[in-house]
Amino acid sequence: MTLKIEGLTAEVEGKPILRGVDLEVPAGEVHAIMGPNGSGKSTLAYVLAGREGYEVTGGSVTFDGQDVLALEPEERAALGMFLAFQYPVELPGVGNALFLRTALNALRRTRGEPELDAMQFLKLARERMRALHMPEDMLKRGVNVGFSGGEKKRNEVLQMALLQPRFAVLDETDSGLDIDALRIVADGVNALRGPGFSALVITHYQRLLNYIVPDRVHVLLGGRIARSGGPELAQELERAGYGSVQAAA
Amino acid sequence: MTAIPETRPSGAAGFLHRYEGLAGRLPGHRLPWLSALRARGAEAFRAQGLPTRRVEAWKYTDLRPLADAGFEEPLTALDTAPPLPRPRGGARAVFVDGRFRPDLSGLDGAALEAGSLAQALPRLEGRIGALASPEELPLVALNTMLFEDGLLAWVPEGTDAGVLELVSVATDSGRPAAFHPRHLIRLGRGARLTVIETAAGSAGARYLHNPVYEIEVAEGATLVHARLQQEGRQGFQLSTVQARVAAGGTYDNFTLNAGARLVRNEIHVALTGPGAACHMNGAQLLAGGQHADTTTFLDHAAPNCVSRQTYKTVLAGRSRGVFQGKILVRQAAQKTDGYQMNQALLLSPEAEMDSKPQLEIYADDVKCSHGATVGELDHDQLFYLRTRGVPEAEARSLLIEAFLVEAVEGVTDETARGTLQEAVRGWWAREAAAS
Repeated sequence: MTLKIEGLTAEVEGKPILRGVDLEVPAGEVHAIMGPNGSGKSTLAYVLAGREGYEVTGGSVTFDGQDVLALEPEERAALGMFLAFQYPVELPGVGNALFLRTALNALRRTRGEPELDAMQFLKLARERMRALHMPEDMLKRGVNVGFSGGEKKRNEVLQMALLQPRFAVLDETDSGLDIDALRIVADGVNALRGPGFSALVITHYQRLLNYIVPDRVHVLLGGRIARSGGPELAQELERAGYGSVQAAA
Repeated sequence: MTAIPETRPSGAAGFLHRYEGLAGRLPGHRLPWLSALRARGAEAFRAQGLPTRRVEAWKYTDLRPLADAGFEEPLTALDTAPPLPRPRGGARAVFVDGRFRPDLSGLDGAALEAGSLAQALPRLEGRIGALASPEELPLVALNTMLFEDGLLAWVPEGTDAGVLELVSVATDSGRPAAFHPRHLIRLGRGARLTVIETAAGSAGARYLHNPVYEIEVAEGATLVHARLQQEGRQGFQLSTVQARVAAGGTYDNFTLNAGARLVRNEIHVALTGPGAACHMNGAQLLAGGQHADTTTFLDHAAPNCVSRQTYKTVLAGRSRGVFQGKILVRQAAQKTDGYQMNQALLLSPEAEMDSKPQLEIYADDVKCSHGATVGELDHDQLFYLRTRGVPEAEARSLLIEAFLVEAVEGVTDETARGTLQEAVRGWWAREAAAS
């Protein structure tokens, strides 16, 4: 159940972005990736999820020993991988409840579990929503349509709470959140922590890491991991900035 | 082959020949006013023929396959009992190959006068042709010349007549057949009626269904007209609606085009009294080599009227969709609020959508807008769904359904909305399974 990235290189529109990423997230651990704009953080997230247009030119990614890069996005999800989007996509005309139930049932099918009917699903969804302080009418609205920035991020965490992934990438889930929302989102992530769950938390700021305390912190610079360390590295970066890492690298 | 420019009316000869042979036998042939009206139809049709693409209004729809088909009149045994759509409760008028079938209909106890137009002809002088003049449109001319029957529905003043089902079924007699029903629907002041219409046909039947509707909505009355077009895949439907809405009245037209080899829906609505409203919505679901043309003409002739149009088309295979929408705001129609939106989703590189919105405004204090989009499924939306474990085919289905359902949501009548939603879901489930 380890996520293992080796020598990963990738380009977008012919422009190299990842230039040899090596990273290992063992089961049960939460790692943070920090780095300035343009360092390749979001590209790494999209490559892990299998987005079109993000072309892997070398290296490998395995999860639980399986070659992730050979899989379609939905097969990665079936494997237990999840991406919480930095900019969650709006789906007008698709009700949030239908969306969540369709996704959950698709995954349950791949796990050989019976699908949930509308009533069973509603019961489960309401329970998870309460924990995230989400108003119930968010189930009735179109997916992310007219949601505030904070509601969109909460909706991402709700999906994670329902789909119960084994490995999650959180791409700047803290951006646009006020302190209360940040705490709620962090609680949602922390609730999933355990031996069967690992995560890669991508963030610009150390702030989120006060609430989701990582086991390891990595600094991504120019498409490579320039430095790794314990949680204290995040504080150091907050103080001294990425310049100190650049100088050292 | 040399391309010879078409200069004479085409495809008219067969229809005219039939008119000449049948004129003495058509329903109402003893009524001088009707014979005169039919003669006007024949004269107009002789002059214009079936429209060709050289006619501006028919630029995107080619009727040549129809002109070549050599339609004759239907040979329907009187006791033919084709499969009918499931009844929805309420009154029901059934037409087989364009003829009213009392044995299959159920109109007793309905709070309206409804029945066969052919039976009521002596009372209809001045009614038939009042809104749909044969000189204006060639297909109305063709209908005028040859109509045999149709629905007559009159709702008395102040009456809520509930739901009336209008069912048209085409059978397969083994030879191409044409029928031209004329439907007259009239609502008195403050009356209310929901017409749910289904047009269907045998899968292999080659036929032309050419209905003309003359619809009159009096002051404060509301007509909801939901049309489900599921003609057989070898069938042609060319329909013309001519509606007039008086002050404070509402006409809601929703057309779902799912069947037929070729369909053209021409909808003309005139808002003639202050505060009248018209909602024209529709969805076209096209696959294979299907062709669907929606042509609307909204005539804002009085002040303070509202019109809303939303048309959505999903095109798979080599199908072709057309939307032509004209809004005319006359000088008297101050404070007009008009809106028109036309959106198409192309699922295949060989599918094509042609869109021609047109605004003609002579009043100075109006709010009138239109928009059109043609696109593919959104890649970001597909990716988002797939990262949640939804397989690609299911994700596409979900997004296509969402696109269509939005158009159906505008239907205010619950029974009609349910029927249409069901049809949309069913269509897409079948297409998705077939592709």
